[in-house]
Amino acid sequence: MAAIDAPYPGSAAAAAIFRTCRFTGLKVDIAAQRLIMANAVAAVVFLAVGGVMGLLVALTRWPAVHLLPSEWFYLVLTGHGANVLLFWIIFFEIAILYFASAVLLGSRIATPKIAWAAFVLMLVGAVMTNVAVFQGDSSVMFTSYPPMQASPHFYLGLIIFAVGALIGVGIFFGTLVIAHGEHTYEGSIPLVTFGALTAAIIAVFTLASGAIILIPTYLWSLGLITEIDPLMYKVVWWGMGHSSQQINVAAHVSVWYAIGALTIGAKPLSEKVSRSAFLLYILFLQLASAHHLLADPGMSATWKIVNTSYLMYLAVLGSLIHGLTVPGALEAAQRRNGYTKGAFEWLRKAPWGNPAFAGMFLSLVMFGFIGGISGVVLGTEQLNLLMHNTIYVPGHFHGTVVAGTTLAFMAMTYYVLPLIFQRDVIWPKLARWQPYLFGIGAAGISLFMMGAGTLGIPRRHWDITLTDAMHPFDLPSGGFLMMGLNGLSAVIAAAGGILYIVITVGTVLWGKRLDKGDAPLNFPLHKQAATVAEYGSHTTVKLPGTIILVSIFFLSFVLYYFVNWKYLSEIWLLR
Amino acid sequence: MSDHPEPEVQPQRVPAMQQLLDNPFLLLFIGITIPTVLYIVWGVMEIASIPVAP
Ligand code: HEM
Ligand SMILES: [Cu+2]
Repeated sequence: MAAIDAPYPGSAAAAAIFRTCRFTGLKVDIAAQRLIMANAVAAVVFLAVGGVMGLLVALTRWPAVHLLPSEWFYLVLTGHGANVLLFWIIFFEIAILYFASAVLLGSRIATPKIAWAAFVLMLVGAVMTNVAVFQGDSSVMFTSYPPMQASPHFYLGLIIFAVGALIGVGIFFGTLVIAHGEHTYEGSIPLVTFGALTAAIIAVFTLASGAIILIPTYLWSLGLITEIDPLMYKVVWWGMGHSSQQINVAAHVSVWYAIGALTIGAKPLSEKVSRSAFLLYILFLQLASAHHLLADPGMSATWKIVNTSYLMYLAVLGSLIHGLTVPGALEAAQRRNGYTKGAFEWLRKAPWGNPAFAGMFLSLVMFGFIGGISGVVLGTEQLNLLMHNTIYVPGHFHGTVVAGTTLAFMAMTYYVLPLIFQRDVIWPKLARWQPYLFGIGAAGISLFMMGAGTLGIPRRHWDITLTDAMHPFDLPSGGFLMMGLNGLSAVIAAAGGILYIVITVGTVLWGKRLDKGDAPLNFPLHKQAATVAEYGSHTTVKLPGTIILVSIFFLSFVLYYFVNWKYLSEIWLLR
Repeated sequence: MSDHPEPEVQPQRVPAMQQLLDNPFLLLFIGITIPTVLYIVWGVMEIASIPVAP
């Protein structure tokens, strides 16, 4: 039975009602739980809308299908970017922030009424922007570069959404203060909460940059300001557009650590090292925003290189550290669980049938190999010229934000459902396959778009045959083939996405209730799952499997990096 | 500030790094200042100094 703890009377906390989770023993503030549920549901709805749009875009860019007419293509592409990149991800992140503060620290959430107001603002903003997009006169892509102009409520929706999200981030900080003041935890906050703190810090800079540039742009669309400088817009906008990707990285790395703890009882190898890696994110990750302006004249090479090379590599170092410590922590935990044979028994005997674990591990591998390596290549000023504005760019970020972040958040959902919604996941047999299906599709769209981009296929382009163009041009046929394979992968990814939505919605509505009785979970937790809410490391030196995996990663990284320099030297005629 | 006595008495000295990592608002301050100065302010200054076409 879920027990309800009576709060101590007379204090500010008197209004908060808690239950004790019978699986983890964590104390859960009911107000926080409801807020997490609302934000998670909104996230999934926007993923569904944006995901369908992604499929339509991919089918249009499949030359043999070429589904949508051009006006619809740009409309749907705008809606796709806004719904998945902003609304799905940020709603889910707000849910993660509330979970990592109130639930993991066993605290009441700060000002639940204001948190609801924040939720309503985000919802109103997201709907308003969608209305503007569907009305058809705001097909400016989600980056909305001036001088292209959308209708005023396109910008207003984004501003309202950003303000709501910023308030949500404030609630997270408020909850940290309450938990500290009311001594709900001892010593330092757990690592997962620290990762969420990293995400929250980056979010403040992100959302502030967004508001700073979108407010004048909104006034410009109303005719109150005569001009927005396109370069100024680009610099400040990418302070939001890029940094929001770094919220994602910090959030999904926290999710990796959390799922490792929940499924196999993994503890960080070293709290100190993992926290320092997050600190590198806080210090340097946001500067990489400058890689979106590498091809712009007007910005000096010094500004570009300081921001994207010297300092961004320190943030990349942070990711490389997590890339070592996450699999290391998993290996150490599995060895403690008794899988000690050879270099890889720990990996072979991992709970691959648990969609949370499978999704987490696929996300880890694909984020590193696909999104990470291509990101460093694209972020290098010289190499950027090879791929700039080709479809390689969406290829790269589907590796980070789809195969990495989205898959990690999907994986986390398989525990949000039983632990927060208190409903057991329906159709466990199908759920088991979901991360693989979505993962294969996501890897496919990323890799094939990267392949097509390497051959010169442009991004955001409705007709790569250039029919009726004033200057005809033949793009290589290999690129057309890649776009076809991208379309096929999109169908697989969409199938995985639909399965996720159906399982999630079905579980919320019809899943077996876990708050009554003592039924076990379909996807059981590790007996030490509660380490997710504790501070503490598990130091081990013998991690042969991780060393081998990380060596393979470095080798691929170095090879791919140098292949691109070689390629550049061949097409750059400076002999 | 709380008016009741602090229950956890910590005799040993906390390392500077740990103090930094345990202080969310100091981290917030640093995390906003660095990109604002190096990316936004420096970037905007460069754009402002581009001469206007005659
Ligand atoms: C079924 C899954 C998905 C498919 C098939 C898909 C496919 C595509 C395709 C083909 C493009 C167009 C590239 C172009 O023409 O320039 C695109 C753009 C984009 N996608 Fe996805 N995508 C999917 C999921 C996602 C998710 C989950 C996210 C974010 C979390 C995402 C973020 C974006 C963004 C930001 C763009 C750029 C839009 C623009 O250029 O304005 N996609 N996607
Ligand atoms: Cu970026």
